[in-house]
Amino acid sequence: MATLTAAAIFRRVDKPVLAAFVFIAVLLAGGRIYSPNFLSADYLLQQLQVASFLGVIATGVMLVVLLGHIDLSIPWVVTIGGMMSTAAAGWSETGSALAIPFAVACGIAIGLVNGFGVAYLRVPSMIFTLGMNAIAQGLMVIHTSGFAPQDHATPAMHFLAVERSILGIPNAVWVWAAIGGATVVVLNRSSFGRRIYAIGNSERAVFLSRVNVNLVVVACFVVSGACSAFAGALLAGYSTKAYQAMGDPYLLPAIAAVVLGGTSILGGRGTYLGTVAGVILVTLLQSILSIVQIPEAGRQITYGAVIIAMLLVYGRGEKVVS
Amino acid sequence: MRQDWGYRLAPHRGLLLAVGLFVVMFAMFISHHPAGFSSNVLNTAANKGALLAFVAMAQTLPVLTSGLDLSVGNVFVLTNCLASTVVTGSAEHAALGVVLVLATGLACGALNGAIVVFGRLQPIIATLATGAMYHGVALLLRPEPGGEVHEGFADFMTGSVAGGIPFAMILLVGVVLVIWLPYRLSTLGRAAYAVGSSEQAAYMSGVPVARAKFLAYVLAGLLASIAGLLLTCLTYSGEANALLGGSYTLNSIAAVVLGGTSLYGGSGGAIGSILGAFVLRTIGDLLFVFDMNPLWQPLFLGIVLVVSVGLGSLRLLRIKSRLELYR
Repeated sequence: MATLTAAAIFRRVDKPVLAAFVFIAVLLAGGRIYSPNFLSADYLLQQLQVASFLGVIATGVMLVVLLGHIDLSIPWVVTIGGMMSTAAAGWSETGSALAIPFAVACGIAIGLVNGFGVAYLRVPSMIFTLGMNAIAQGLMVIHTSGFAPQDHATPAMHFLAVERSILGIPNAVWVWAAIGGATVVVLNRSSFGRRIYAIGNSERAVFLSRVNVNLVVVACFVVSGACSAFAGALLAGYSTKAYQAMGDPYLLPAIAAVVLGGTSILGGRGTYLGTVAGVILVTLLQSILSIVQIPEAGRQITYGAVIIAMLLVYGRGEKVVS
Repeated sequence: MRQDWGYRLAPHRGLLLAVGLFVVMFAMFISHHPAGFSSNVLNTAANKGALLAFVAMAQTLPVLTSGLDLSVGNVFVLTNCLASTVVTGSAEHAALGVVLVLATGLACGALNGAIVVFGRLQPIIATLATGAMYHGVALLLRPEPGGEVHEGFADFMTGSVAGGIPFAMILLVGVVLVIWLPYRLSTLGRAAYAVGSSEQAAYMSGVPVARAKFLAYVLAGLLASIAGLLLTCLTYSGEANALLGGSYTLNSIAAVVLGGTSLYGGSGGAIGSILGAFVLRTIGDLLFVFDMNPLWQPLFLGIVLVVSVGLGSLRLLRIKSRLELYR
């Protein structure tokens, strides 16, 4: 009887999510062998803090991927978030207070255009968001005249990204937890969330159910833009300044985290818990590779090989049989 | 008879649009160029365009099977680094080096194909990961920018032949004639289009699905390595530049779309992608001859890209049932 319930529980658990957590445990154990400091609370909290920036970005990416789309404008929307927040801080006192909302508003604006192009113009998301990335880059290059901007992060950004106010846990982790919690509720307990999964499975069926498909798509791209820009503002707070191409190292890890967490890149399937696992997995992997004293070349090769290996274990597609 | 023409041209609408766009832009470029139409100007434009054209051709093949290869830029950079190491010394040594470079491209493509076809991973994420690996290998080969290349070979590849025709153009036409057209007309080439239209239907019709997809990725690796070889001849050196690889990957997707190939697979072709690549390159040159601030270039490129793919949405006006919009 007991074994039966255990089997039933095992069936209920999402296999990819379980596998992702197993890989996290393996990475932690491996790190522990390499360095005894690896499992210290301080180091782990620091990893979580770094992970939370990626986590906020991955939240938006996940919503878009659940629809069966992809958002390649992440890199420069992150940079827009960082640059616009610091620029607002440089304008005036009120600008300083509104730095973060202003950055998020800019992200929302890019997300609106992305959503409009994908939903109403029916342009494949991959190429449209790629074009918007180039436009975002162009705007920022003109804004800074090609140089590093001179403005600095506001105290609020520093507070959210760096300080530890409650229980010694970094505020960035609380921010990620709040955004993540809200996403879980929306995905599982709202009709909007249900519609996201439904569109990922069959857009046509959702349209025939008299749901405004385009509105849902636009909303997801807006959330993605907002999340990326917000993460950009946090990153600017973390490093006290914004700089060109600061978002470039986040696109691939964000997509990898979402997919490693068991979300189907074709849409319609995936849980937020998986994305959390994927984000921690990618962050730990990057961290271990940077601790282990091998040259950059070896790190890149290992990074790619490990992702392929993990996906080969549990991320394989169905075989075409009919 | 006239209707017949319309019917025949309809599938090539994207290609014809790219041809028109390129002719107009190149005419503007040449007419405003301070040096006018000279062999030198033509040669520079041809070499720059051919680099992206080869990478875009490489990208076209997986896209036709409704896949994607996000590692083309990294293969391009990897083969650039390799060529700057092995295409040196005596003529025989350099020739052997060229063969090695092309074989490396094939091997990279074969790894991508094996992971996508036999590992059954989604191409977008699989090639993302292999791209990181190829970049690692490039760094291993060339931690610092540098290296050298057989000078006679390099000057031959980037110079012009009698009549002022750039050799890069001849190479491009040669690759189309020797690789693309035979592939397009072969069983596996047709199979790639069938797989791109509907993998299930292709499978049920006995089309060799796995072999068609595998070959598409292998040839993509080969074409990207030709571009890497050409880059080495242009710069006389190699550099494991991640930004360069990334920008070539993204521009190759843009070129493929501008050339009229559907990202959903099953329609289009490599010749359109070549024109798409030249359109993208001419945009940059146009800004130069019109004396615009170079800072505006990324914005201008983005706007041209978004507007031109947005123009494709005009077809939506002719759709009768809104249901057809949704998959």
